[in-house]
Order: sequence, then C-alpha cells, then structure tokens
Amino acid sequence: MPSLPTIEKDVEQRAKSAPDHGAFDSATAGQHDPAVVDYCQRLGDDALILGQRLSEWCGHAPALEVDLSLANIALDLIGQATNFLGLAGNANELAFHRDVLDWKNCWLVEQPNGDFAQTMARQFLFSTWQHMLYDRLAGSSDQRIAAVAAKAVKEVAYHRELAADWVIRLGDGTDESARRMAEGLDWCWRFLPELFELDETLQALVDRGIAVNPQSFEDDYRQAIGAVLAEAKLATPPEQRPILGGRRGHHSEHLGHLLAVMQYLPRTYPDAVW
Amino acid sequence: MRLVRIEAEGHKRYIASMYTTELSKNVKPIEAAEDPALVEAFEARVAADEFIEPKDWMPEAYRKTLVRQISQHAHSEIVGMLPEGNWITRAPSLRRKAILLAKVQDEGGHGLYLYCAAETLGTSREEMVEALHSGKAKYSTIFNYPTLTWADIGAIGWLVDGAAIMNQVPLQRTSYGPYARAMVRVCKEESFHQRQGYEIMIALANGTDAQKRMAQDALNRWWWPSLMMFGPPDDNSPNTARSMRWRIKRETNDELRQKFVDITVPQAEYLGLTVPDPALSWNEVKGGYDFGEIDWEEFYAVVRGEGPVAKERMKARREAWDNGAWVRDAAAAHEAKRAAKAAA
Ligand SMILES: [Fe+2]
Ligand SMILES: [Fe+2]
Ligand SMILES: [Fe+2]
Repeated sequence: MPSLPTIEKDVEQRAKSAPDHGAFDSATAGQHDPAVVDYCQRLGDDALILGQRLSEWCGHAPALEVDLSLANIALDLIGQATNFLGLAGNANELAFHRDVLDWKNCWLVEQPNGDFAQTMARQFLFSTWQHMLYDRLAGSSDQRIAAVAAKAVKEVAYHRELAADWVIRLGDGTDESARRMAEGLDWCWRFLPELFELDETLQALVDRGIAVNPQSFEDDYRQAIGAVLAEAKLATPPEQRPILGGRRGHHSEHLGHLLAVMQYLPRTYPDAVW
Repeated sequence: MRLVRIEAEGHKRYIASMYTTELSKNVKPIEAAEDPALVEAFEARVAADEFIEPKDWMPEAYRKTLVRQISQHAHSEIVGMLPEGNWITRAPSLRRKAILLAKVQDEGGHGLYLYCAAETLGTSREEMVEALHSGKAKYSTIFNYPTLTWADIGAIGWLVDGAAIMNQVPLQRTSYGPYARAMVRVCKEESFHQRQGYEIMIALANGTDAQKRMAQDALNRWWWPSLMMFGPPDDNSPNTARSMRWRIKRETNDELRQKFVDITVPQAEYLGLTVPDPALSWNEVKGGYDFGEIDWEEFYAVVRGEGPVAKERMKARREAWDNGAWVRDAAAAHEAKRAAKAAA
C-alpha cells in the first residue's frame, strides 16, 4: 500500500461547497457518443495531417523567417490535434495506430507540399476555412469542443493572415511567382467542396448544436477567398469536379506514405514507451 | 508565438538589406595602421569588463574575429536544424513531436539573433550565407554526423546542447554587447533543449532491450564528436590568447571540455550507459576525470568538410536557398511595387 496524502480538514471543507450535480463519468461522456468521437477525429485529423506536412519543411524553407513561421503553424496544429484527438479517445493511439481507412481528414490537408506556392495555397484555403469553423465552434453546446476551438481560433486567425499575405505577395510578385501561385491554387481547388459537405453524421451533430454546419459560412468563405485573390491579382480558378471521401476514410495515395513515415516507430516497437 | 512576430519584422528587414551595398569590401586588415592610443583605450575598456557597442571604435582584427565567430555560430544553428529536423516527421508520440519541433524552431531563432548580431559589425546576412554555401565559412563539426535512430535525438539534446551550453554560458559576458545579449536569450532556451534530450535518454534507458541498445549506440557515436565540439587543444589553438584578452572567449577549449566531461560522465552512469572511453577514470588529485586521446585527425578531416554527411548538409542548405530564390525575388518585387504605390 503506497502512502497517500491524508485528507485534511480544509479539503473536507472545500468538498462541502463544491458542485453536487453532474455524473461521475461526465468528463469522458463524449467518448461513448460515436458521432461526437467521429467529429473530434475529423477535426483532430485535419490538424494533425497538415501539421505533419508542414513539419516536412523544417530546415528547408525559402528563408529563415519562413522556416520559423511554418514550424510555428505546424506546432499550433499538432497542439490542436492533440486536444481534439484527446476528446475522441487516446490521442497517441489514434495518431499512431490507425490505418488509412480510419483517418477522417479532408483531402486538402494530405496534399504534398509541392513548391512553396502550393504549400501556401493549401494553407490559405484551409486556414481560412478552419478559422471560420473554429470561430463558430467556440459556441458549440459541447463545452469541451467549444473550449478547444475557442483557444485555437486565435492561433488560426494568425495562420490565415500569414497565408493570405503570402498569396498576395506571390500573386503580385514576379511573373514566375504568379504562375506558381496560380498552379498551387489550381491543384487545391477540387478539394474545396469537401470542406462544405454535410453528411448524416454531421447533420445530426448540427441538429444537437454540437457541430457547425459548414454550409452556413460557405458564402462568406468564397467571398473572403475571392477578396484575397483579387488583391493578389489572381483569377479565381474555375470550378472543378469535386473530390470527396476523406471523412469516410477514402483518401488520396499520399496519405498512406505520410502515415508510413509518421507511424514507423510506434509500429516497429509496439511494446516501447517513448 | 513570439517567434512568429519576428517573421514579419525580419522579413522586411531582410528585404531592405537586399538593397544595401556591400559594407565590408574595403576593410583594411592591417593592425599596425591603427592608432595606438585608440587600441590602448579599447583594451582598457575590455579589461574593465565594459561592453563594446557597434558604434564604438574597435580594432579591425577584433571585428574580423567576431564576425568569424558569430557567423560560424549562426551557421551552426541553421545547419544544426537538419540532423534533428530529420526526425520531426518520425517522432514517436505527439508530445515528442511537438517538443522536437519547438526545439528545432528555437535553433532557427538562435540563428536569426546571431545573424543580426553579426550584421551590427557591418557584414550582411547575404554575405554570410554566401560564405557558408561556398564552403568558405565553417560551422560546428558535430552536425556532419548522421542521426540514425530516435536515440540520436536524445543524445544530441543531452550531449550537443549540453556542450553548447558549456560554451555559451561564459559568452553571456563576452565583450561585444550585441553578441553577449544574443547569448543571454539563447542560453535561456538551451537548458530546455538539454533537458528534453536527457528525458528522451531516460525513457530509452528504462525501456525495452531494443531501446537500450539504441541509447548505448547513440552515446557510442556521439561521445567523441561532442568532445571535439570544444575545438582543438589549447596548445594548438593559435588565437586563444588574444581572444581571451579581448574577452571574446572567456575560457579555453580544454577547460570547457574538462568541465563537460566532469558533468556528463555521472549523467551517463545514472542512465546505466557506458561512456565509450576505456581510459576514462576519476582523478582524485585534480578533482576531475582523466580521459582518452581525442582523434584529432578525424576532427581536422571534418573541419575540412569531409565529415560523414557533410556533403548532404551542404547540399540541403544550398538547395533550400536556391529553391527559395524565386520566393525571395517575389517578396522583394512585391515590396518594391508597394513602395512605388505608396510614393505615388
Ligand atoms: Fe541553439
Ligand atoms: Fe548555439
Ligand atoms: Fe539548442
């Protein structure tokens, strides 16, 4: 029997005035709600996969200052992923021991970095969406989700601003940078409809006030993107046939390779603690 | 978050500096031409432990030695991002991933402070980067060794950051003000770097057989290169005396190396790992460890650029720079357009 601290008088005193309602497993109640688990995985997977992608840049960015800001965004995203996956279950178990079919991130975030323009196109399109989402999610009826979103929304506002600045700088820079930026946007454009998809799981959570209906801000989003592209003197790409399926585990070929790298240690040494 | 704001400012500064003319072309390296009264006054200030600031008069050799030392230090921070960056995507838990990413980001920040400190001496960052890429400028020999396993990330934090702290703590009192102040900021972060490395080693040393093997192998490979980080032995370190007098250096290579060994050996013992030096033994009289002869031939080979992954490191740095040229050009072009618009 280990020696445990004695329960002192003042602790008893405090216990008397502490809240006397709620349930004993309320802190983990969400874990038993498959829809909430699914939603937290979508949010966490988006953040983790993009964070992993951005960290590939570390040490190789076009300038030292850019290296620092990409690492910073990656760090924020990994923090958000840790929080959201923690709401869905054991965050490390989820990050390192799921295969492709169980990942629920969107296609946009798993796209390769490409050149710096493609990385920034992806970041701009995603962070703008994520910012609008978190901003609303901070009002979720699920307190835990609301708290994570409220904390992260400030970080994401900065990601959005930084990415938009680069889109403008590259779009209205040299001929080469404008061409590359347009190509980066063109690469990503077919993945936008997935961000606004409303499937049954999501609809049910929207009805309960837990999730945000992304369609509620789609017009705002298109407008915000258009405004930045106009300032960047870039044409809004024409609509492309939507690529869907990420939320149901149907991904691009790129995700498997990303996971192979990311998960290699815990998978090679399943008994090890790090 | 703090570093991010540097990005915005730093970027503007970067662009501005691309338009400045080269400052150090006409430097006269002749000490004899300097006014003896000025030299004497300078030496007196240094001896009194005063800080020398950018606008103060300084001997040309002092300036040159500092540019060499600070830019080398900056290059080491930047090249040093590569061996550790090699493991960010493969870190074994979310927590380890975040810590390593933050650590490597710090190193980039250190590089930035140091480039800024060196620029106060009249050498632009472009010149320094150019010198690195052409092979003219050096960086710490340690970063020319490969990171093979996750344990190498532990060993680097523990040994390499440990050695760096040993080197850098006295530099907080170095005679050149901007360098000393940069070191104060850097040292604050280095102790976190060392702790995270040692913490990785503890987890491995208490882990499975495979993890223990990784840990021991990492110590075997990183021990001697870490001792080499302090540079050649004092009797073969030609500029030490002058650098000590000018308080650019505050302790000799051998003194620092001894300190490092004395602190690190018990840490290895605590981990249950064996230091790969059969000659290692406690010397009661000097109150420190005696240790074996360092392979100076290997050290000089690595200095010459023949380290195991020296080619990979330089290739990675040059490629990052070359592949980023269009981005930097675009940023400059955009800035020029904005400025023209504002002027109109
Ligand atoms: Fe550093
Ligand atoms: Fe350093
Ligand atoms: Fe460090």
